[in-house]
Amino acid sequence: MQNLLVAENVSKNYGDFRALNKLSIEVPKQSIFGILGPNGAGKTTFIRIVNQITMPDEGKILLDGEPLQPEHIQYIGYLPEERGLYKSMKVGEQVLYLAQLKGLSKKEATKRLKYWFERLEIGDWWNKKIQELSKGMAQKIQFIVTVLHQPKLLIFDEPFSGFDPVNANLIRDEILKLREDGATILFSTHRMESVEELCDYMALIHKSNKLLDGKVSAIKKQFKSNTYQVGVEVENEEYFLQQAKEKFNIEPTFFHSIHQDLQVNIQIAEQYSQNDLLAFLMNHGRINHFVEVVPSVNDIFIKTIQSHA
Amino acid sequence: MRNLKLIIIREYLARVRNKTFMIMTFLSPIIMVGMVVLIAYLSSLNSDENKIVAIYDESETFFSEFKSDENISYLNFSDMPLETAIDSVEHNDYYGLLFFPNSKDYQYLARHTEFFANKAPGISFINEIESKISSVLTEKELQYRGVDLNAINQAKTEVNLQIENFSGEETSKLSNYVKMFFGGAAGYLLMMFIIIYGNMVMRSVIEEKTNRIIEIIISSVKPIQLMIGKILGTSFAGITQFIIWIIFGGILLFVVTGIFGVDISSSSPVATTQLDAGSQDEIRKLLTDVIHLPLAKIIGCFLIYFIGGYFLYSSVYAAIGAAVDSETDTQQFMFPIVIPLMLGIYVGFFSVIDNPHGMVSTIFSYIPLTSPVVMLMRIPFGVAWWEILLSILILVLSIFALVWIAAKIYRVGILMYGKKPSYKELYRWLKY
Repeated sequence: MQNLLVAENVSKNYGDFRALNKLSIEVPKQSIFGILGPNGAGKTTFIRIVNQITMPDEGKILLDGEPLQPEHIQYIGYLPEERGLYKSMKVGEQVLYLAQLKGLSKKEATKRLKYWFERLEIGDWWNKKIQELSKGMAQKIQFIVTVLHQPKLLIFDEPFSGFDPVNANLIRDEILKLREDGATILFSTHRMESVEELCDYMALIHKSNKLLDGKVSAIKKQFKSNTYQVGVEVENEEYFLQQAKEKFNIEPTFFHSIHQDLQVNIQIAEQYSQNDLLAFLMNHGRINHFVEVVPSVNDIFIKTIQSHA
Repeated sequence: MRNLKLIIIREYLARVRNKTFMIMTFLSPIIMVGMVVLIAYLSSLNSDENKIVAIYDESETFFSEFKSDENISYLNFSDMPLETAIDSVEHNDYYGLLFFPNSKDYQYLARHTEFFANKAPGISFINEIESKISSVLTEKELQYRGVDLNAINQAKTEVNLQIENFSGEETSKLSNYVKMFFGGAAGYLLMMFIIIYGNMVMRSVIEEKTNRIIEIIISSVKPIQLMIGKILGTSFAGITQFIIWIIFGGILLFVVTGIFGVDISSSSPVATTQLDAGSQDEIRKLLTDVIHLPLAKIIGCFLIYFIGGYFLYSSVYAAIGAAVDSETDTQQFMFPIVIPLMLGIYVGFFSVIDNPHGMVSTIFSYIPLTSPVVMLMRIPFGVAWWEILLSILILVLSIFALVWIAAKIYRVGILMYGKKPSYKELYRWLKY
């Protein structure tokens, strides 16, 4: 089985409002899958459906090849966007309670919790109440709650919102480590840079509809515009630009450079290759800088949404 | 089931370990016993007070009829001028002065007898004096008309209706008081329990919502499981509290009465009726009345209606808690809880006691929101089995329906933030 999670034509209505429209995605095993979309796109609705908090009106979800059923909750770890803990309950007791609800025995949960407490160096928190902890400390506990039962599928809803930079880093590193250990990670976000940094796969949801999905590198390839950022030193800039404009699209650009060079973005047409561009440049001057302009996820996001507006 | 157990235990411990809960558990019996002792003490003080009343009788025929007793002492001031008498009463701080004008016309006297006092006398005192004057005047009038008083006294018959049901069990007027007491206490207790612990359920739902832990939990358990676990856990905490109250309060009462020697039973209403009725015979009857009450039936039904009523209402409380963001927003939804509870109590205290098997009482003992309270009050008066079974059946069906509705609202509500929903919106949630 290649995919851990498969959604087929999942729809959900709230009254007259269609929160999710025939969403189909495939999350490969041991991948990090980012669900992107503006606020209100339907990301949280989908995540809640996977967590069996709400039921889909149509479509089905497969986890590891089986239709989703109540027993599957023990294979899923979920860190919701709106997260918190019982304020007046002690840390240890609370995590054990939540782990037991996920199907762990008390003994096993205690053992694993001790491991995590040691690893995050928070051993002396066991008997503290949540209200005595700072927000950042509570966030660490929430993270432990999510992963303690060693789920196959980890779901983070906006994991980096609300976390302080130190904890956000910690979570990023742990996410990568969990993936190494065999977990599959699904997270939703509207922060593009985190997708860029972490995700192998992504899906873009806008106004309840999926606009695109697939491997991040493939999507980027699909969106590339054959544009190169170039820095050249030429004798006569005007002559060079005139010559270049005949063959290519040229726009001014800026990057930091130690040379006094002409900085331009050059888009080449289909019939040319980058070698043709390089040959042209070499004829006219000295090349200091030559980089393909790869579209950022942010560009793709904005471009896709605008084209569907 | 495993999860339900875990939830119940957590909810139970969360309630029981709460500081306010602990304080209330141990403080309430102390306060209650303290109140009882205080009231008993104060009322004994009050009745010890001897009121001195001066009588100014121009016709000089009445004073001999007023015999001083432990509550009121009478002094004859008729042999001095009225002014002096009034001055003297005021000066000596007596309770007041009763003035009979000089007349042989008893009808005239009835209208013109006056009572002078600096402070307005209490109603019970006025009643006592009035009935005394009335009986004195009646006797005088009868004598004046030449009626033989002895004959009248002999002709007087004290009626104490012997009430018996068709199967021959004897009851008495007194036993109606006993039934009222048992029924009223059960109904009232249920109402208190529902309000106190229903509110606790509601607060705990709101707490989970504002803590934002709710989504973590319902990704592990079904919302309805959480709701039922919460209701059960809280009710066990309530039962624990009740048991502690009864045991601790009982011991305390026992100890306090031993130390202070206050006879608490004399201040309870049942005991007063008992004394009014007077004879040993009546006390014996009271005891047999209590024994003859369908006690097994009362206790059994009490448990069923108690649990049923609590479940019915606390599921509504849970739904309300889920629908709102904070406790201050709950007001608008309190109507559906408070109105039927109040109605139940009022129907119980006015209609059931007046006519336990009348139409109003019967109907309200079938309506599920009022039936726990009203039926509990009716049962001591004897209700047919089929009626109870029908009422319980309706109650149980309504519990299923209401828990289902509440669970729907709960399921949607716990994930809704920032909006203060209207009733219309709640109705829409049912269809999500």
